[in-house]
Amino acid sequence: MKHVLKLFSLLVLISALWISLLQASIIPQSHTWLLPIYFIVSLGCYGLLMVGVGLMRFPTCPQEAVLLQQDIAEAKDFLKQKGVDVGSE
Amino acid sequence: MDAAKNKYSIIVPTYNERLNIALIVYLIFKHLRDVDFEIIVVDDGSPDGTQEIVKQLQKLYGEDRILLRPRAKKLGLGTAYIHGLKYASGNFVVIMDADLSHHPKYFPSFIKKQLETGASIVTGTRYVTGGGVHGWNLMRKLTSRGANVLAQTLLWPGVSDLTGSFRLYKKSVLEDVISSCVSKGYVFQMEMIVRASRKGYHIEEVPITFVDRVFGSSKLGGSEIVEYLKGLIYLMITT
Repeated sequence: MKHVLKLFSLLVLISALWISLLQASIIPQSHTWLLPIYFIVSLGCYGLLMVGVGLMRFPTCPQEAVLLQQDIAEAKDFLKQKGVDVGSE
Repeated sequence: MDAAKNKYSIIVPTYNERLNIALIVYLIFKHLRDVDFEIIVVDDGSPDGTQEIVKQLQKLYGEDRILLRPRAKKLGLGTAYIHGLKYASGNFVVIMDADLSHHPKYFPSFIKKQLETGASIVTGTRYVTGGGVHGWNLMRKLTSRGANVLAQTLLWPGVSDLTGSFRLYKKSVLEDVISSCVSKGYVFQMEMIVRASRKGYHIEEVPITFVDRVFGSSKLGGSEIVEYLKGLIYLMITT
């Protein structure tokens, strides 16, 4: 099944749940009508939270740049000795 | 699978990587001492003399270890892999970038992970502990993170780093997946891993570090973002 169809089925399921809640009147109708909005807003907030948390915890590796420079120097030395042209960029 | 009988074909597409290709080859040989491998350089007619350098490297390391399989002009990444695959004699294929953002020192951890888990694909991820990125400013990190959250929400891809292109594949798996991919650029990388995930292939991840030396010169503009969104929608509909 294509992924968009999976998402669509999920949406249909949630809608069916919402409609049955409307009909069953367990929750006051005024609240039930607003549930989709709550859902979308929560989803949006969750998304923003995930972006924010991910950004704060974004792994960085400044030491890798240094190590890379060392590796480059080592490689250039070796290759120059062996006659490979490591001249220009 | 008998580990001693494994051979790894490393496909490196190049365009104007005269210096980097020599450095990469040196580093690969340094970090893969007891492993049977070959490096397949797919050069798209670089005007800077990349192919001459590769020939010098062949003299030094042997033509059986370094294969030069060039093409006439820039024809795109996906086709470069397909081209390289034709000459791959290993049972595993590694793809990586030629600009040294991918460091060969991670090869042993890719190989180890695959042997431990029997995975069909081992993909490098920059976004977990132990991995990381250097050279990105806040804006770049923000777009990367935003793009990732969106992709995770919409696609449920099963991997943490969708656009990464440092991967180890079983050769048969790569051949299967690549035949059904049609996108270009980094969306191609996303399509590969998502299709593999949908087909049920066992995918494992290892942390890698990514030193971006190119970012300063290229901007991540509006058109890139539009490309990305189009790519996401395409993948949602077709996978």
